[in-house]
Amino acid sequence: MQPIRIIESKTVVLPFTNIDTDQIIPARFLTTTTKEGLGKLAFSDWRYDASGAPKPDFILNRPESTGCSILVGGRNFGCGSSREHAPWALLDYGFRAVISTEIADIFRSNSLKNGLLPIVVDEKTHEWLLANPGAQVKIDLEANTVTLPTGDSATFSIERFARYCLLNGTDELGFLLSQRDAITRFEQTHA
Amino acid sequence: MTAKTLFEKVWEQHEVVPETADTPAVLYIDLHLIHEVTSPQAFSLLRSQGLKMRRTDRTLATMDHSTPTDPAEVFGRVPIKVESAARQVKQLEKNCEEFGVELLGLGSEQRGIVHVIGPELGATQPGKTIVCGDSHTATHGAFGALAFGIGTTEVGHVLATQCLLQRRPKTLAIEVKGRLGEGVTAKDLILAIIGKIGVGGGTGHVIEYRGPAIEALSMDERMTVCNMSIEAGARAGMIAPDQTTFDYLKGRRFAPQGAAWDEAVARWSRLRTDPGARFDRVVEIDASEIQPMITYGTHPGMVVPINGHVPTREGDAVFSKSLSYMGLNAGEKLIGKPIQVVFVGSCTNGRISDLELAARVMKGRKVAKGVRAVIVPGSQQVKQEAEALGLAKIFTDAGAEWRESGCSMCIGMNGDTVERGQYAVSTSNRNFEGRQGAGARTLLASPATAAAAAITGRVTDPRDFLTEMKSVVHS
Repeated sequence: MQPIRIIESKTVVLPFTNIDTDQIIPARFLTTTTKEGLGKLAFSDWRYDASGAPKPDFILNRPESTGCSILVGGRNFGCGSSREHAPWALLDYGFRAVISTEIADIFRSNSLKNGLLPIVVDEKTHEWLLANPGAQVKIDLEANTVTLPTGDSATFSIERFARYCLLNGTDELGFLLSQRDAITRFEQTHA
Repeated sequence: MTAKTLFEKVWEQHEVVPETADTPAVLYIDLHLIHEVTSPQAFSLLRSQGLKMRRTDRTLATMDHSTPTDPAEVFGRVPIKVESAARQVKQLEKNCEEFGVELLGLGSEQRGIVHVIGPELGATQPGKTIVCGDSHTATHGAFGALAFGIGTTEVGHVLATQCLLQRRPKTLAIEVKGRLGEGVTAKDLILAIIGKIGVGGGTGHVIEYRGPAIEALSMDERMTVCNMSIEAGARAGMIAPDQTTFDYLKGRRFAPQGAAWDEAVARWSRLRTDPGARFDRVVEIDASEIQPMITYGTHPGMVVPINGHVPTREGDAVFSKSLSYMGLNAGEKLIGKPIQVVFVGSCTNGRISDLELAARVMKGRKVAKGVRAVIVPGSQQVKQEAEALGLAKIFTDAGAEWRESGCSMCIGMNGDTVERGQYAVSTSNRNFEGRQGAGARTLLASPATAAAAAITGRVTDPRDFLTEMKSVVHS
């Protein structure tokens, strides 16, 4: 994984609460055995009509969304299933961060392991972001801040070890593998 | 000694390395269940890094999500229709063979939905840590296990190290006093709980369901309750093991035998939350006030008593969007609403007692004209038992479809779907947009409510069939 420090981009706003992983990537696309190519299927049922044609009014189909890498969603983003295909699809689409006031546990954990930043901000900042789609926003992972074009900044917190891994471009498996001796000792004493 | 909760006891027994400010705990995993959908990329990770599996003996694989439920496809008489699903099934077979994992594959009599077979085989036991790449892993918490869903990267972590990096979650006690009324089931109880605390109400927490109403539940019912913990945002739900738990497990394939059994029961009996132990949050619910419940919206928290009305929320655009998807109006009564599909099955309600309840209501009756009723056992063992008890015949005589086991219409990725715009009364766990098929409109309810709807063709109060619900169907 590449180290992540700063993400600067215009936002795409999906102003809905409880956006579940079945919306992020519908289950019928989970019969894949790889991680690649899921971006075109992200938000499939909101993005395409029954014939498969893009719905022109849906935000991800609008020209202003091209190149945006920060997604702002309503409270409890990513609820539902454990499918890691959800962050894979968002990353493949081009998103690098999701901002909300609450992010579901498994989705957050999956996102951190793939370099998609799950950013939880305060209500006031969130309301501003919802009201100003397309705003140019700067996320600084080292400083733990989200800076709005107004100059206002909000802080966020990310679990320390996951943040260390993201800043250094390392993955958690390396750390777990380095615990082999402790794991062996545990197995010897705990049948 | 400090008083501890059930969760704290299980957590602390599995800390290989406790958490610090800088690093999460290294948590040992006793049982890793895998299936075809969330494991292929994890095995690829092992291959790409040249890693071996640490403990194949603590790993059990089956296939359930993308597998067909049509007998001809399951037993290879015709090819699996969904081509990508067929490839996924092949990939799991290949991975299990290469890495040496026991696979309960398509032809196995022990195959089934991963959360049905774990308990049924006695692999699920009190005090274990159990994970699976599936959010409904919380089901196994019904036995006093700490069981939670993980992503595919974490599946890889467990394959390679038998451990996970985890921050200790908070605890939430849901105290259920009183007892459930006649015609009210465990499904209604958990839907009422989610309606009360909300779909994000359990985020960051492990739930312990407690109190007399919980203790009175059978294991099948406890599994229904714990199963939907994730629908309240909680990764895990637990119930303290007791005699009901031990009676269920005794003699099952992976359960301890002989002296080891007695020793295990003694150990398991100590897993109850100590008097005076502190939870981060406590919610109280009176079981006697709960009615049969049904959802009307696009998440499980959008739920009302079956005789209730769709709520009105002026100015809430997300709420309006949800009702528009469902084709329902604020203030509308749900009773009497015509429905087109009934689905009885899933890891929430696909066990034998669920099928028995549906069969009681359907016995000697016909599925209403224009309604498609699909009954899918949670496992092949449940299927065999249902056939031996005569339940399957009750369903087919009524005109319902009787299938091989699997996730089927709960997830709609295996060929079993609800058509666009159709209303389906389903015993499954999610009513998200498109969950049962693009454009499908799901009404979550109990097996009794689903069976009643199958007979009448409309949303129906299952208590109209109260005598039947209490009857004995098998010989």
